[in-house]
Amino acid sequence: MQKRVPLTTSPPRPRWSYARFQQHFAPYIFTSPFFILFLIFGLFPLGFSLFLAFHLWSPLDGLGNWQYVGWENFQLALGARDQFWAALKNTVFIGLLAGVPQHLVALPLAFVIHQSLRRWQGAVSTVLFLPYITNAVAITIVFGMLYSERLGLLNYLISGLGLDPVRWLGNPSMVPYSVAMVVFWRYVGWNVVLYLSGLQAISEDVYEAATVDGASSWQKFFYITLPLLRPMMFYAFTLTIVGNMQLFEEPYILLGQSGGSGGAGLTSATHIFNVAFRDLDMGYASAMSWLLFLAIFVLSMVNNYLFSRGGGRS
Amino acid sequence: MKKIATFALITALLAGTAHAQDKVTLTVAAFPSLDSAIKAILPAWNKKYPNVTIKLQAQEFADHHNAMTTALATGQGLPDVMAVEVGYVGKFAEGRGLEDLSKTPYNAAAYKKLFTPFTVAQATSSDGRFIAMPTDIGPGTFFYRKDVLDKAGVKPEAMMKSWDDYIAAGKTIKAKTGAYLINTAQSVYGVVSRTNLKPGEGIYFDSKNTLLVGPDNARFLRAFTLSKQVRDAGLDAKIGEWSNEWYDAFKKGTVATQFSGAWLQGALQNWMAPDTKGLWRVQNLPENSFASWGGSFYAIPSAAKNKQWAWEFIKFMTLDKGSQLTAFTDNGAFPALLTAQNDTVFNQVVPFLGGQKARLLWRDAARKTQPIDVNKYDSVADQIVNTELTNVLEQGKDIKQALADARAQILRRAR
Repeated sequence: MQKRVPLTTSPPRPRWSYARFQQHFAPYIFTSPFFILFLIFGLFPLGFSLFLAFHLWSPLDGLGNWQYVGWENFQLALGARDQFWAALKNTVFIGLLAGVPQHLVALPLAFVIHQSLRRWQGAVSTVLFLPYITNAVAITIVFGMLYSERLGLLNYLISGLGLDPVRWLGNPSMVPYSVAMVVFWRYVGWNVVLYLSGLQAISEDVYEAATVDGASSWQKFFYITLPLLRPMMFYAFTLTIVGNMQLFEEPYILLGQSGGSGGAGLTSATHIFNVAFRDLDMGYASAMSWLLFLAIFVLSMVNNYLFSRGGGRS
Repeated sequence: MKKIATFALITALLAGTAHAQDKVTLTVAAFPSLDSAIKAILPAWNKKYPNVTIKLQAQEFADHHNAMTTALATGQGLPDVMAVEVGYVGKFAEGRGLEDLSKTPYNAAAYKKLFTPFTVAQATSSDGRFIAMPTDIGPGTFFYRKDVLDKAGVKPEAMMKSWDDYIAAGKTIKAKTGAYLINTAQSVYGVVSRTNLKPGEGIYFDSKNTLLVGPDNARFLRAFTLSKQVRDAGLDAKIGEWSNEWYDAFKKGTVATQFSGAWLQGALQNWMAPDTKGLWRVQNLPENSFASWGGSFYAIPSAAKNKQWAWEFIKFMTLDKGSQLTAFTDNGAFPALLTAQNDTVFNQVVPFLGGQKARLLWRDAARKTQPIDVNKYDSVADQIVNTELTNVLEQGKDIKQALADARAQILRRAR
């Protein structure tokens, strides 16, 4: 027989105390809104779209009435001459048309502002930043009016020069340029601001030393500014790649669901939207979303590789 | 057993309360301008059923249908009565979320013969479920500017005898007045592709889901060829519908003709080009063909809370001659109900169309329009074929090749 040991001599700990609650649970409760919202609006849709990518489902059939089809949706999208490829091609083309000039203009512009407009720098960056924070829909509607073939300002100016009016949104070979122009206008200021902040992080001492060594402005730009701006350039390029691959609002409002004349402005995102909400083929749209994600991932990795390789050399 | 009995009791009680004098609120979701027709009819409804309040939820056209799609997918936020436009009714019919109105307690099969026949077919799914009651229809018609045609010396009747006559007249109009024949060559494709369909055919698929698009299909070959002839002759203004340029062309008379539903008259008169009153006339589509061009329906979601009153409301909107005529006079919603079409209001002249008795022409056209089979992949086919048509018009792509490419692409998607 064992002797019974008295339970405890110290007073029993209260099950609930304010201090204990503060220490152990309050942080979780205060941070929980993010996690709850993320679970509902972030993780769940992500998982659901992965699930749908392997199913055939029309939302009109209601939840639960899906049919498992395996890889069929992916095979459908990847098949030769599927619209998926045409849309992806348009997206990359418009992305390059809008993206490359953005950086070719933004970088020197930021340099000039940084070097010569010290006093007005704040005001100039604000003006350049305005398009970025203005509503995309409003911007696109204004551009739509400018592009109007018979009533638009652009063609009014062009015919003033004695040239034939341009069918900005009617001619399939003009459509990508017209869309790219809107995107360029909207994001060039954003990139200038990014580069400006990058430039401001470069120590003045480096430039002073270069001046002492007798370096010209060009030399300073190419041998000091550009190499030291690399991290910011990498960041800005990545944002442009991700943003342009997901291009939706501008072409959708400018050209409508069909992507304009000949579907020349049908981007991947518009195509996915159409398939999901017009054709109600949610599985196929989900599969294409994941393929688009893959394409963005690969392009970002290529960008990363190019930058890190250059970094190794210097 | 006990559970079933309880359930039956509750159901009976719920059904009983619907008839009692308790206040009932019925939600009705609609899009413009059907919502204005509903508003115009509401006073009559409130007089008849003072205890049933209608809560009208109106959203923009695409928003409404997107919202309804989401609501049907999740079963949440569904209205008691759902308005559906003809472009969506085929898809909604194939889904599982709407009540089959031909079953009890609705027994709507008996009402089918009261409507213009083709509209009933549009609301019937391929397995025979009747999911929505038609309220208005859009008889296809041909608008022309009388002043422009007179100036060019072109007779509208002769012009509409055949598509070749139409194009020939367009050349005369262009030469003598400088006005374009039509807004865009695609419109010619639009009419030709949806007229002269054989029984059991839809525009892109037949009733057995066989794809009709292809280089061997005479209807598509002709539609593409005529469209290209119009473009090559420089007869189209290359402007899209629902654009500022479109409205401008109506106002200035720079485009002589337009194919559309009868409803365009109301839009022209009310906001597009009110100053052109008296300059327009209408005719039937070329080669005496007929087509449906728009229309709206009312459906009851299976998950609706108040199906009984929803059905009463739908009957009031669609089967009541007074309601149908109110909608017609309010915003030109052409009645789907045959008895409403026999009203004397149809004999009245339309001042906007220079005093033409156009409503009689439209009524006749509506009755001659054949049912068109709808398919859930119509929107897929529509986009692909139109893209290929643009390739033909803009880049000189071979017509047979374009149709073969379109066929291959649609076949991939229609599964």
